[in-house]
Amino acid sequence: MAEQDDDAAGPLVRPYAMTHGRTRASADFDLITLVVAARAARTDEGWEPEHLAILERARHPVSVAELAAAVNLPAGVVRVLLDDLRARGALIVRMPAARTARPDLDLLKAVAHGLQAL
Amino acid sequence: MAYKHSEDDLPTALKILIAGGFGVGKTTMVASLSEVDPLRTEEVITAESVGIDDLSGVEGKSTTTVALDFGRITLAGNLILYLFGTPGQDRFWFVWDELATGALGAVVLADTRRLADSFPSVDFFEKRGMPFLVAVNCFDGAKRYRPEDIRVALDLDDDVRVMLTDARDRQSAKEVLIAFVEDLIRRARQGGDE
Repeated sequence: MAEQDDDAAGPLVRPYAMTHGRTRASADFDLITLVVAARAARTDEGWEPEHLAILERARHPVSVAELAAAVNLPAGVVRVLLDDLRARGALIVRMPAARTARPDLDLLKAVAHGLQAL
Repeated sequence: MAYKHSEDDLPTALKILIAGGFGVGKTTMVASLSEVDPLRTEEVITAESVGIDDLSGVEGKSTTTVALDFGRITLAGNLILYLFGTPGQDRFWFVWDELATGALGAVVLADTRRLADSFPSVDFFEKRGMPFLVAVNCFDGAKRYRPEDIRVALDLDDDVRVMLTDARDRQSAKEVLIAFVEDLIRRARQGGDE
């Protein structure tokens, strides 16, 4: 199985095959954007297996980075698939706290207290 | 199961980057702090998405893959703090840009035997005006230096804290994070006075 450790060996499936060639999500999903399933997938919705795997993993709140690690897909692919799920109301998305503005004092204090309590 | 129905039910996610040169202990520190074994995700970078200049060193490839190691700390108050180790310094600056966006700041790990390896990280965060702290990972057998000597050697501004740490030790790594967040609180207070 030495080949699997070889960085030069590409993935067995081209990464964007299951996104039908789309490489960009319409929304700007950060790696720590949190998502959670809003509902179960319906069988008549024509989801790819990867959509269903993501939705299953997102029954509890989870970040884009964790989802990508869990379903073993590049983060960029996961972003596109998340975009599909959200567009059809299957997913709730929460952007990270500090995407644009500097975090506020109360949030920083909560982080400090949380770390001290560990 | 019951599904969540509001964005407000979701925790608040934050991130801090763990930066520094190759082999300085970034993933070790992430592992010491994370409540789960460090996870790995991959970003596939396409030439189209980053511009050809950014792919120097990997010319001729239309895509390249960058592995990112990260960990998670769940905190009281419905907060989740993610720690991302930064990828190799030379080829992947565009990934650093993405990681840095929205980050609280960075811990730059330094090894006194190879202090110059931390220059690019220090430069990156200085240029972005992003808060960072330098944590000197005290490897067994390496000569101990005073934090003040490290400050001079790295030409750091006065408001950049320098600490000694042992990245393998959870308590020590935790103290680094707490000190960094306390620095951020101090800065936020000062900023509010202006």
